[in-house]
Amino acid sequence: MRRIAVIVAMVTAGSAAAQTGQTDALGGTLRAVVQMDAQLYVRDSVLDPAGDYYPDERALGQGWALFTYERGNLRMGMRYENYQNAILGFPTGYRGEGITYRYAQWQQGKFDITVGNFFEQFGQGLVFRAYEERGLGLDNAMDGSRIIARLPKGLTLKGVIGRQRVYFAKSDGILRGTDAEWALREAVPALDKMGLGINLGASFISKFQRGFDPLLNLPANVGSWAYRLGANYRGIDLKAEYAYKINDPNFDNGYIYKPGEAFVATATYSRKGLGVLGTVKRIDNFSFRSDRNAQQFDALVNFIPPTGNLHTYALPALYPYATQINGEMGYQFDVNYLIPKKTKLGGKYGTKLALSIAASQSIDRRPLEDGSFGDKGTQGYVTDALAWGEIPYFRDINFGISRKFSSKYKSQLTAYRFVYNKSVLADGVNDYAILDAPDSDSVLVVPAVVWEQQFALPRHQTLRTEFQWSGGEGFRGGLAMALAEWTISEHWVLAVQDIYNYGHPSESRRIHYPLVSVVHFDGPTRVQLGYGRQQQGIFCVGGVCRVVPPSNGLSLSLTTQF
Amino acid sequence: MDPWDLAKPRALAYLEHMKTLLTALLVASATLISAQSLPNVSVLKLDGSKTELSSLREEGKPMIVSFWATWCKPCINELNAMAEYYDDLHEETGVTLVAVSIDDSRTSPKVGPFVAGQGWDYTVVLDPNSDLRRAMGVNNVPHTFLLNGAGEVVWQANKYVPGEEEVLVAEVRKLK
Repeated sequence: MRRIAVIVAMVTAGSAAAQTGQTDALGGTLRAVVQMDAQLYVRDSVLDPAGDYYPDERALGQGWALFTYERGNLRMGMRYENYQNAILGFPTGYRGEGITYRYAQWQQGKFDITVGNFFEQFGQGLVFRAYEERGLGLDNAMDGSRIIARLPKGLTLKGVIGRQRVYFAKSDGILRGTDAEWALREAVPALDKMGLGINLGASFISKFQRGFDPLLNLPANVGSWAYRLGANYRGIDLKAEYAYKINDPNFDNGYIYKPGEAFVATATYSRKGLGVLGTVKRIDNFSFRSDRNAQQFDALVNFIPPTGNLHTYALPALYPYATQINGEMGYQFDVNYLIPKKTKLGGKYGTKLALSIAASQSIDRRPLEDGSFGDKGTQGYVTDALAWGEIPYFRDINFGISRKFSSKYKSQLTAYRFVYNKSVLADGVNDYAILDAPDSDSVLVVPAVVWEQQFALPRHQTLRTEFQWSGGEGFRGGLAMALAEWTISEHWVLAVQDIYNYGHPSESRRIHYPLVSVVHFDGPTRVQLGYGRQQQGIFCVGGVCRVVPPSNGLSLSLTTQF
Repeated sequence: MDPWDLAKPRALAYLEHMKTLLTALLVASATLISAQSLPNVSVLKLDGSKTELSSLREEGKPMIVSFWATWCKPCINELNAMAEYYDDLHEETGVTLVAVSIDDSRTSPKVGPFVAGQGWDYTVVLDPNSDLRRAMGVNNVPHTFLLNGAGEVVWQANKYVPGEEEVLVAEVRKLK
């Protein structure tokens, strides 16, 4: 009876909303976003001779829908997810269906309170970041509660408690954390008058997980804290954060008892037409998970930003860099410059130049006094914070120039040179193994070039083309790619591409990866149908970027919202 | 007696209750036609200070909210294409374009220098925790909304195809 009453009340509220066309009878707004992906796989004896990757299900499908209801100071939401089963390349832990995310949040005066699931990050996330990346299958949402207090004089305090999501279950460890941030500009009028902004912040987070081990005395409570400073004046912006973690023997670090440290600092300068960025960083034993035995992307408490650009063109994206959480040192330097329009060099519309240099290297590691090196139950190693390690992980130098020549034609050319340590980045070999056998790691030098052009066609149609090439001996070998994307109308896009792995070390894998896709757009709705072989990487077509796994077959993707 | 036996009826009743609520929510969502307005979520300006999206709008004037990222080519193409119309359009209609970057802590430090190198005149804000992105139901980037003077969404597109800027410009002029 009660159920009927509730439904009747809600339907009434709903129809009232339909009449006003904006809100429900209570003045609230509901939004929803839906994503569905399905793949029908084709048995491909060239791509996969033994059928290792061909799924038993033959067809896989998954989807989710997020509902958010907002009224005044109240917001509620939930997300339903299903995986029957997860499409290839997605973490296999996603299996089944259910409501994985639900919360209520309200703001009362200075307080902002959330119960249920939430995403949050302290500072840059060095000690705590709960986030989602649905396209990649990343989701370490907290389930618990959060209080944010926005106090006068620019002071913000946060408190969180809860457990993290691991697929359809939760992590073993409990997280408790607090963060304080102070925007000095709001407290000191003199700073505001000068235009000098200074932000100070500090965070603390602790993990509780019982430990049972016959040999090791595992710490049940692991605390980690961070301090940060931000300053900006006119076009100059500085950000620095230092984090420390007490002993935390875990799967990633080989159960050593050494404390962890992390430091990231970035300085930028921006004025119209010119942007410069410099970053330095050092990470030492900073894997932090709410379950010490977790692996891969599971139960990550923190997030250490990788150095280097996130490349989205298909071939450069085949050599991505991921932070080495057990230790790395690195830097990055970027310049963006706009040659002004209506000048000799700049042309009618201006010409854009971009240069980026990034490097990542191992940290200094030497055996302990007793001669042990990285052994379980010890301090692991000694290190000098200012010395570079011997192992190169990654280097990325790229230079791009883009110019619009006329209202009908524009072009962009980018050249890259990567140094890619395949042993570390693709095979997961650790520093100890490489230091034991120097030069045993395989370090590739990969040059690459991408040329993109866009032509305006009659009747408001457009043709966009990409020609890409990447070289390198071993691993993937040489690759060449061509893409043509035809925008037929505002509602339809047709794209055809082929990647030819002509230089693969193994002759049987010198194959083509053709792909045809059609995308239909209608307001907030996008439907994409593709057929062909897909390589792993970030894939952009018809104006949308999404991360896709490798496969061969027919794929259908739908996203919409209201 | 097993404690579960005591707890079970209550647990089942609770589950039943949750089911009712969810059913009601779904039924309500099916019948609800919502012209959206801006959610009550704060974003970061490039100098690190917090602001509300609604405070960036000129009173009673339309606003374009464009979600983008430094690594998203179509987003950059869209914002570059709009840049050619923006100054005139702003003068003519009072429209404000707010470019909401969903860059995370990996790429968000690049936003300031990147925007400078593009020469955009837009108001650029950061949504590092994706709070606004989730609240507005944005799945992929680019995703662009046009809001009328009353703050209601009147047009949106979750993609950019070349030439779409002309459609958007025409939609803005309709609101004049």
